[in-house]
Amino acid sequence: MNNNYSCPLPIMRHKNIQLSHGAGGQLSADLINKIFLPRFTNEILDRMDDQAVVTLPEGRVAFTTDSFVVDPIFFPGGNIGELAIYGTVNDLSMSGAKPLYLSASFIIEEGFPMEDLHNIVLSMESAAKRANVKIITGDTKVVNKGSCDKIFINTSGIGITPSGLDISGNHLRIGDKIILSGTIADHGMAVMTSRNGLSFQSKIKSDTAPLNDLVETILKITSNIHAFRDPTRGGVATTLNEWAKQSKVGIQIYYNTIPVRPDVQGACEILGIDPLYVANEGKLLAAVPENDAQKVLSAMRKHELGLESVIIGEVVSAHPNLVAMKTALGVNRIIDMPVGEQLPRIC
Amino acid sequence: MKYLDEFRDPQIAKKIITEIMKTATRKWVIMEVCGGQTHSIIRNGIDQLLDGKIELVHGPGCPVCVTPLEVIDRAIEIAGRPEVIFTSFGDMLRVPGSEKDLFTVKSEGGDVRIVYSPLEALKIAKENPDREVVFFAVGFETTAPGNAMAIYQAANEGLKNFYEIVSHVLVPPAIEAILSSPSNRVQGFLAAGHVCTVMGWKEYEPIANKYKVPIIPTGFEPIDILEGILLVVKQLEEGKHEVINQYLRSVKRDGNMQAQKIINEIFEISHRKWRGIGEIPSSGLRIRDTYKDFDAEIKFNVQGIIQMEPEICISGTILQGLKKPNDCPAFGKECTPSQPLGATMVSSEGACSAYFKYQRISFSE
Repeated sequence: MNNNYSCPLPIMRHKNIQLSHGAGGQLSADLINKIFLPRFTNEILDRMDDQAVVTLPEGRVAFTTDSFVVDPIFFPGGNIGELAIYGTVNDLSMSGAKPLYLSASFIIEEGFPMEDLHNIVLSMESAAKRANVKIITGDTKVVNKGSCDKIFINTSGIGITPSGLDISGNHLRIGDKIILSGTIADHGMAVMTSRNGLSFQSKIKSDTAPLNDLVETILKITSNIHAFRDPTRGGVATTLNEWAKQSKVGIQIYYNTIPVRPDVQGACEILGIDPLYVANEGKLLAAVPENDAQKVLSAMRKHELGLESVIIGEVVSAHPNLVAMKTALGVNRIIDMPVGEQLPRIC
Repeated sequence: MKYLDEFRDPQIAKKIITEIMKTATRKWVIMEVCGGQTHSIIRNGIDQLLDGKIELVHGPGCPVCVTPLEVIDRAIEIAGRPEVIFTSFGDMLRVPGSEKDLFTVKSEGGDVRIVYSPLEALKIAKENPDREVVFFAVGFETTAPGNAMAIYQAANEGLKNFYEIVSHVLVPPAIEAILSSPSNRVQGFLAAGHVCTVMGWKEYEPIANKYKVPIIPTGFEPIDILEGILLVVKQLEEGKHEVINQYLRSVKRDGNMQAQKIINEIFEISHRKWRGIGEIPSSGLRIRDTYKDFDAEIKFNVQGIIQMEPEICISGTILQGLKKPNDCPAFGKECTPSQPLGATMVSSEGACSAYFKYQRISFSE
């Protein structure tokens, strides 16, 4: 499916995953030793015990878990494997934590192509390297055909939050500036336009990327950050609504400040979808006290993942718990929580 | 982006708004017919900018919300059958029938799929010869040519497993129904640009003459809508009642003749119920007898499913601009955007849904 990876598929007896690959016998061992271990190798994982035992550095432990079920599993700009690494790395990073260790658990549908699994594992290897984290424990289960959709991956992660740092969606204060690290809706529209059935083609790529280095860069400038969040499912609109409710404040954003790539905007226009509600996988929102906002912004703009960073709004005392956007015509409208998944409209 | 940015320019918008406010010597009530226009009006806050001079009444032009309860119930009945692959545009799946919506059918095991075009449903039918594939053909004149084409192609290719459940509605009879109501308040119309792209605008001329109202086929961007409003207001102030085309880049007087031809080949005009309004004579399309083999309601024998609208709901009077959403006893209680009773709460652009969202807050600029 995706042949851009340099390592050839190890010689395996089966071209497709069999139920026995998850049964704990010889085939299971084969799968682990040939597909997973060589790619994820590190001194902790290589001990091959039923658990990983690690000593953590000083600080408070951040712990998170996430399951990945994206369809299609290979999409422009990424695949389910690197998404599983970056998703958990990013969730840890949003507390200011430095991500260290990940678990990786695979639920694979019987018949899944070995080559696809290999490519997914290869991209998880390079994603873990890029994010500077280690996969130290894992699990594989194979289920009957039809019992899951191709492959599901769960990753959990731990990281260390430096002491003194307390970043939370509950901490927004009136006057804070809201900074966005770049264009929105790339991931969601890349996935949507690569699904079967759309009659137009696009070159939209997912923005999937690890945000821990960008967070580290920001925290070097100031530890005075009130909140970080990566606006994944539900997009920027959902994150801002969550913050407004958690912190019981109003958030005011400005229409013309939010960057959207023209091809993404075009796809959204065709499908009748608002990019504010579309998922991102390599962007962050930060709520920063006004005094620090400019220097945080300049630092972000020097980072490869924050070149297009921009202040999109601020925290206000008006309309607590609600997000309002100043439209192009200068009128305020409420940006509400979405009811469910955004659906292409008839008209 | 070309064809968008120039119709969203805030400077031009402000100029037109100033001109509208200057031209209007009194308050005028204008209805935008199409849900897409309502969406744009709310999204850009155009109604707030014209407040005091122009009252915009959101018309019945959202095909999703005017699809009658019983047609949704029929679709749900069909979609739940094991031999059926039920295909639909995405936003129909969340519209509640009397007991559940199509998403619920899907979660209960029904094979319900979102498609972007009826021709895609046709493709699914070809790929699954052992299944019965049904497409939910809703919409105004805009989606009718595509839905007609799917049946035409299915007939040409001898396909025996493709059907449509048709709930097509037509704009001119709806405008007439509103205008002929004794309590009508609407003084001018923004006609739906995409409907007119297919049908042209000549069928609006007799209506404009008979009821002495200006009708302006209008596009969907802020500048389109503001221009449309200005053209209505100028006529109202001068006592004129003509059809003037604002949506020049898309609409011709005769419309798209080929599209009309395929509509007429497959469909014929019929009476239709509108959710929240009731039956309007000759206001819909149904499949002609010659093509009845493709009619899902006949094939699956669901025509017996009849459903009355909830009595408490006043969406019909709201659609006509006679009452405001908060006049309704169910508003915000039995009826909310996640549990809607009537048309105007079903659609996110519906008047009740918009009220529910926006009334909680008044801005101090």
